[in-house]
Amino acid sequence: MSRTARRRALSHAMTGLTMLAALLALLPLFAIFADLVIKGASSINWAFFVEIPPAAGATGGGVANAIVGTLLVVGWGSLIGLPVGIGAGVYLAEYPQTAFARVVRFLADVLNGTPSVIAGIFVWTWVVRPMGHFSGFSGGLSLAVLMLPMVARTTEEMVRLVPHSLREAALALGYPRWRTTLQVMVRTAWPGILTGGLVAVARIAGETAPLLFTALGNLNFKTDLMQPMQTLSLQIYVFATSPFEAWHRLAWGAALVLMAMVLTIGLAARYVTRSRFTRG
Amino acid sequence: MADLPRLRTEDLTASFGDRPAVKQASLAFPANTLTAIIGPSGCGKSTFLRCLNRLHELSRHATVRGRVLLDDADIYEPDTDPVSVRRRIGMVFQHPNPFPTMSIFDNVAAGLRVNGRLSRADTAVAVERALRSAALWDEVKDRLRASALGLSGGQQQRLCIARAIAPAPDVLLLDEPTSALDPIATQSIEELVQELKRDFTVVMVTHNMQQAARVSDFTAFFYLGELVEHDATTRMFTAPGEARTEAYITGRFG
Repeated sequence: MSRTARRRALSHAMTGLTMLAALLALLPLFAIFADLVIKGASSINWAFFVEIPPAAGATGGGVANAIVGTLLVVGWGSLIGLPVGIGAGVYLAEYPQTAFARVVRFLADVLNGTPSVIAGIFVWTWVVRPMGHFSGFSGGLSLAVLMLPMVARTTEEMVRLVPHSLREAALALGYPRWRTTLQVMVRTAWPGILTGGLVAVARIAGETAPLLFTALGNLNFKTDLMQPMQTLSLQIYVFATSPFEAWHRLAWGAALVLMAMVLTIGLAARYVTRSRFTRG
Repeated sequence: MADLPRLRTEDLTASFGDRPAVKQASLAFPANTLTAIIGPSGCGKSTFLRCLNRLHELSRHATVRGRVLLDDADIYEPDTDPVSVRRRIGMVFQHPNPFPTMSIFDNVAAGLRVNGRLSRADTAVAVERALRSAALWDEVKDRLRASALGLSGGQQQRLCIARAIAPAPDVLLLDEPTSALDPIATQSIEELVQELKRDFTVVMVTHNMQQAARVSDFTAFFYLGELVEHDATTRMFTAPGEARTEAYITGRFG
């Protein structure tokens, strides 16, 4: 075999291997999705969205409490986590060499690698115990704690990807430092920052462990963040480990809804970050 | 009028840490003239240029000594805000760097908007004037709201020139503005640059000696951080006073 022919064969083989790897990586994702649709779709009906779970052992009912609870707890967590995380990330990107930035960056990396249950225990110690009861409020805080380092680090990376020449262009035009940062650096990085933020929102929407110590869960419909609150992830955890068939069915449905929510957030991220220009 | 220096430097030394990149350069730029700064790579010509709008000091460990006088006022006075200096001294860079999030119109308006409140109509007038001065108006007038990234490299560089001149600065600094462009785009920028000196005092760094000879009134030659020679371009290229200048412009080193 000639050298070129050998190289071409090797190139094809390698391309094939990477395709196989990509297929293997996607396989579990499709398997999970298919499983959820097959097992969950049958549980989904009108009652599923508007009713609370049935008593143990009974049939029917829904997970309205968990859907609303997820929106409230994740929304409250994001309300704190996104702005603070983005602000911290912008600081890290704009003042990368300061001692303070180095410490914050190191701590963020450590926190990123910390098991999420620690965030739950942390908030339980400092918020739940002093308050004397579990609450959606503390649940959102634990999610915000989880979210902060993720958002801060992705924001930092996104802002640092903006070419230095744009900073110089702005400064040379007489932009003050703060306007250079906000109107050029952050604005240019904004689609990436937003995508990173929404990925973090999707990630915390599926968190269960920290909520066990904070939001706790609630079989009743609550909109008061100061009360213990149900989320879809908690509901799935409790119902899936229960002995009741009706609860199992609700858990499958809840998992499907949670997945759909995360998917919607992902699609929203793509829509929001699409270029406002049509290439001319 | 032409003899009055708009901008001049006195014993300007610019360093990175303890390594000087420009050594005690004293140079005057008469109003409405075009001065080319030439020299081999690493001779300090870009650093010198970046001292003229206080951009050099933003680099890590960068220091500046000496004076830079704009209309007889030192821009390095302790109470002078570098932001106000940069509003009077525009700059165009080696690689075109339009703001990717902004339309063509907004790119040109950026410096106007940051300078203060102009009415919508006044902004539009100033943007059109800047684009016409940059010889770009006819090419972009039908797509002012489109992304600046849709333009060719040469068009982007002319857009950057329009952006720099829109706030009507006193001085325009050009840092190798054509080195990233093809010959045709280079020619159009060269023609444009000669037009610009009617309204601005232009300082252009170039490593292209033919370009310096073609477009400039004065030429300054830097070598190893030192200002070797500064004279009218015609004299520099026909009867240079220094052996090193002659060696460089005849292509014997650099």
